[in-house]
Amino acid sequence: MGNLFKIAIRNLLRYKRRTLLTASLITVGVVFVLVFISVTGSFKNMMIGQITDSMLGHMQVHRKGYVASIENLPLNLNLRQEDVKQLEDMLNKQAEIEAYSLRIKFGGMFSNFVETTNIRLNGVYPDKELKSVPLLAGRVTEGKKTLDKGGIWIPELLSKGMKVKVGDAIVVVATNKDGSVNGKQLIVAGVLESATGPGGRDGYIHIEDAMEILRMEGMEISEIAIRLKDFGRLNAFSKKLEALISKELNQPDKPIFELHTWEKLTPFYTIANMIDVMTFFIKLMLIAIVLISIMNVMIMAVYERIREIGTIAAIGTLPGKILNMFVIEGFCLGIVGAAIGNVAGIAIIYTLNLLKITYNFGQQKGLILQANVYFYDLIVISATVIIVSVIASLQPAFKASRMEPIKALRHV
Amino acid sequence: MSLISADNIQKDYKTGEVTVRALKGVSFEIAPASFVSFVGPSGSGKTTLLNLIGCLDKPSSGKLTVADTDVIHLDRKQSASFRGSNIGFIFQDFNLIPVLTVYENIEYPLLMVQSVPAGEREKRVAALLEAVGMIDQKNKYPDQISGGQKQRVAVARALVTNPKLVLADEPTANLDHKTAYMVIELMKKMRDEFKTTFIFSTHDQKIVGEAEIIYMLEDGELKGMETKGGKKNG
Repeated sequence: MGNLFKIAIRNLLRYKRRTLLTASLITVGVVFVLVFISVTGSFKNMMIGQITDSMLGHMQVHRKGYVASIENLPLNLNLRQEDVKQLEDMLNKQAEIEAYSLRIKFGGMFSNFVETTNIRLNGVYPDKELKSVPLLAGRVTEGKKTLDKGGIWIPELLSKGMKVKVGDAIVVVATNKDGSVNGKQLIVAGVLESATGPGGRDGYIHIEDAMEILRMEGMEISEIAIRLKDFGRLNAFSKKLEALISKELNQPDKPIFELHTWEKLTPFYTIANMIDVMTFFIKLMLIAIVLISIMNVMIMAVYERIREIGTIAAIGTLPGKILNMFVIEGFCLGIVGAAIGNVAGIAIIYTLNLLKITYNFGQQKGLILQANVYFYDLIVISATVIIVSVIASLQPAFKASRMEPIKALRHV
Repeated sequence: MSLISADNIQKDYKTGEVTVRALKGVSFEIAPASFVSFVGPSGSGKTTLLNLIGCLDKPSSGKLTVADTDVIHLDRKQSASFRGSNIGFIFQDFNLIPVLTVYENIEYPLLMVQSVPAGEREKRVAALLEAVGMIDQKNKYPDQISGGQKQRVAVARALVTNPKLVLADEPTANLDHKTAYMVIELMKKMRDEFKTTFIFSTHDQKIVGEAEIIYMLEDGELKGMETKGGKKNG
């Protein structure tokens, strides 16, 4: 096998310019794919991180049917106190969960005593909420990063629109599930930077204030947001939890709870998917580049060496060995292109990170691009290039191996 | 006991609608360690006959036995193996592999065809390099040596597997007279040393005289046979 590699490498070096051009083409393709994957991957991870870590959590549990009406924030579909207790017992036993937060979500009126507007509110235990969505505290641009009873965090747009500052008194008025209206005066404790996506313009109050406004006798929860220790285990754990909660049935033997991962709770999942689709097509382009360039160069190599093929076939080289000779040439070209492409790609990604390129995401400005290239990506791309190189070499190599020596020797 | 036995061999080539008979019932026998030449004008069937003996092509009819093997019924892979074990080739254009050195070209059949162990390979290649007088040039590539030297390398490559038979199609056609004689003398010397049968085709009358047995071909028919001792009818 070593001798086949020796002959293959020498044959590649025999046509230096052609080999260099083909290897360069593969290198450029690999670099392009690596940079694209790392940059879009960085954007995708940032987007998912922003949405899950500052608003949604990794997954949420609701009462069955709640998510279908989530835009209306239906209070009559809240989880009852005994159901919440049951669920909390279950969640506390799961080692995969880092934190979870109980939320009462409702719509109400927000008044600064001069003007009134509508607002969506989350009644939360602040410590639990901040553990479940750790980037939330970072969104508090003005005021305290902690939320006490009697305080409210309001979205930036509301603060500007209603000219309300930290320390101002405001009134929140809401209708409870029985239709009675109640209000409560709260002090603005902080202003939240707007974030793109559902929940990005919500206000936050203490859960006991929410219960008071909604005149709840027992705690009725709209949702439980869950944060996992390892986001990578999201799918595995969601299946496990789904199985556990589906066992909890109500009187007509129907499930009480429903579980949704972040993907099903935000339209940004479609964007994340689009990024994956784009990445897939970019990889297809790389495959096409490698396939066409290697096939072209190998067809040329076979055509130029017909008499040589005739000679080695005549002196007894078996067809399989002739096939291997050409396949190994394509394999070597693929390896060289992939290796140089990987090194150049990593260098470019490193340079991009050094340049600290910034971009905007919705209302968030000046996010720094943090392009990462994973070992897994390097392996997958390299393996793809090498496998495609071998596949591209097969047809010309097969043709060479099937040549009749007598015809090949006559070739001029 | 003959090394090659050909009985009423015919070879037809089809070109479109036209069938051309290149060999018309050729029969002969060649003994081991012979130094044989097929002579005749261009188109007489010399190359066709050598290709058949060399298992590069198959006769349209007739019987052909080489080294006790009925070569007509060998498939593609069996033919390649048979050639690799029993036949050495010397080509008119030398046909050395340009990316291999002189040493590597001679070593090639042992390495890529017969998988001979390294020690044995080294011994055999060194002996042949010495025998053909190319030991000093062993690290040169084919484009760094002369035509005569290339053909000497080709002779060594043909002999390195200790074949029973070496076929040389117009081996001196691309060489000057002096070099051509040297190559023929080398082939003879190798025959004497290794007891290998050499069969070569040529139309060079001066070179023909060096053969011990001469078969004369014309229009695909064997017109006669001549030995160093006298002339026989074909």
